[in-house]
Amino acid sequence: MYRNIAVPVDLEHVDRLEKALSTAADLANHYNAKVCYIGVTTVQPSALGHTPEEYAQKLAAFGRDQAAKHGIEVTTLARAAHDLPVDLDKILLDAISDAEADAVVMASHVPGLADHFFASNAGTVASESKVSVFVIR
Amino acid sequence: MTTTDDLPQPEGAADVIQTEYQIGQDNIKGSVGPFGLDIHNPVFLVSGLSIVAFVVLTLALQNETEAWFNALRNALTGNLAWFFLGSANVFVVLCLFLIVTPLGKVRLGGENATPDYSYTGWFAMLFAAGMGIGLMFYGVSEPISHYASSFAEGAGGPDSWAPLGGAAGDAEASIRLGMAATIFHWGLHPWAIYAIVALALALFSYNKGLPLTMRSIFYPIFGDAVWGWTGHIIDILAVFATLFGLATSLGFGAEQANAGLNYLFGLPATDLSKVLLIIGITGVALLSVMAGLDAGVKRLSEINMGLAALLLIFVIVVGPTVAILTGFFENLLAYAEYLIPLSNPVGRSDANFSQGWTAFYWAWWISWSPFVGMFIARVSRGRTVREFIICVLLIPSLVCVLWMTVFGGTAIQQIVQTGFQGVVDASLELKLFAMLDQLPLAGITSFVGIVLVIVFFVTSSDSGSLVIDTITAGGKTNAPTPQRVFWCIFEGLVAITLLLGGGLGALQAMAVSTGLPFTIVLLGACYAIVKGLQSERAIMTK
Repeated sequence: MYRNIAVPVDLEHVDRLEKALSTAADLANHYNAKVCYIGVTTVQPSALGHTPEEYAQKLAAFGRDQAAKHGIEVTTLARAAHDLPVDLDKILLDAISDAEADAVVMASHVPGLADHFFASNAGTVASESKVSVFVIR
Repeated sequence: MTTTDDLPQPEGAADVIQTEYQIGQDNIKGSVGPFGLDIHNPVFLVSGLSIVAFVVLTLALQNETEAWFNALRNALTGNLAWFFLGSANVFVVLCLFLIVTPLGKVRLGGENATPDYSYTGWFAMLFAAGMGIGLMFYGVSEPISHYASSFAEGAGGPDSWAPLGGAAGDAEASIRLGMAATIFHWGLHPWAIYAIVALALALFSYNKGLPLTMRSIFYPIFGDAVWGWTGHIIDILAVFATLFGLATSLGFGAEQANAGLNYLFGLPATDLSKVLLIIGITGVALLSVMAGLDAGVKRLSEINMGLAALLLIFVIVVGPTVAILTGFFENLLAYAEYLIPLSNPVGRSDANFSQGWTAFYWAWWISWSPFVGMFIARVSRGRTVREFIICVLLIPSLVCVLWMTVFGGTAIQQIVQTGFQGVVDASLELKLFAMLDQLPLAGITSFVGIVLVIVFFVTSSDSGSLVIDTITAGGKTNAPTPQRVFWCIFEGLVAITLLLGGGLGALQAMAVSTGLPFTIVLLGACYAIVKGLQSERAIMTK
């Protein structure tokens, strides 16, 4: 049913992603699909790399670890943003489309008061993406 | 400086610095209520608390602090005028040197990097952050002021404020001197100050991989010590200068915008109107902050640049067109002629002018430079150093010559040709409107003027919040959005508190006083830029 599952990841908070990563891997194994990990960094140096290129390497290494751990075929797609906190949703939607994904598995937090002011990323992706989106809490 | 080949380069060859320091390692992460948090410890807390402490102190001891900070500022610009003038000359010379040497070929972001922003968007943001508001307020008043002091009978005497001794009784020479002095304060020197900070930050961030924050400039000098208290102090001072600079100018700006709206529409000039103006400006800035860099501040800056260009063209067309067009070249020549004597740091006979005007301006521009420089650095990735300096130094300087010629020149023409005294008599904030009043469609152009002023305040508040947030997050540009919102609201609150309680003047004097430590920072930046660019060139030519 699915051939290519996109999984947006925040490498700064991998500990919060475990459930989404396992779910994506299970789906991939079940449908014999590939997983594409999508990561977005800033054009400025960040905690995850002196340059966007270093970030891309770290994302690729993360992808290899996941492939070995879950026995799945993976690709990675790294993007750099001018203004990450604000532009993240749009960049993710574009990347999901560029990756030609037919499903998205995405971690999200439990909605709270802040979501009335600042929309959650998974919420926006779920409402605007053209493909199926699994939001994992 | 230790470098390693293990680190991947950015787009093309660049000399990335390997340090043990990881961006965000000193940050506190968590949440306050429902909102996420990612702030640098101790920069965020120390700057936030000391800003509150200074505001409280100023409110409690209003007379004392006003006198004290004004005395501090005057002592600095009076006694150290030579230092400000001399340093600013160093910045201009270094920038011009970089254009012509091979170091100018280095590209910010690596040899193959492509620009993040188009020329239009980039320019619009440079102007909005750099001097948009200033041009609106001083475009008419400053040329008139220098012209009048040069023309006055006592010009050149001990009480005279005329530049270079003035030209008593000689209208032609006074116009030339007045325009040259104004352009001097808005031309190469201020833009060189911004260019130095912006170039240093962009180079050490995009090519060297260090966090986008003021302390990174000092890495070539202090090494890893910049991640400790040496760096904390530089960053805290930058937050201080930026927040107080923005909050006090927002407070004064509200007074000026109120005066303009009173003149145009009869809006009552009361505290309530001013507070509502600050709330309105902060509210729009908040929307812009939440819309992000591209959809918020960039779009507003472009709209404002378009409006400013329309106003400029309108005045050229309906004003004294021929005089303006020939004036542009005459003023450029006058600027070239007087540039060296005006920038001479020692043995000046015009102490009132060189200390009270020039040194004050240089301290002011320098105190703004962490804010404007950080913001310019943020949007300049992908440009070569040569292109960067031509676009941040030369072209804005030319635009300022044109702006001053059009607005100041037209006002002087009105005084000299028709004997119109309205511009002279009007208060500072109304001089632009008094000048426009003599031209057709004054109602519309004055309204455009007010809109321009207000939108420039919005873009300053927005880009300022972005800059302060980045510094107080240890150079992280992906800290949670609510933090920017916090700084934007905080700035509005400080402005309102000082407006109602008094103390705008005192804290603005204090913000300007930070020009002294930052002049030393900028001189360090000059050294860092040359060292940094040399290592980039070495990689490129290897």
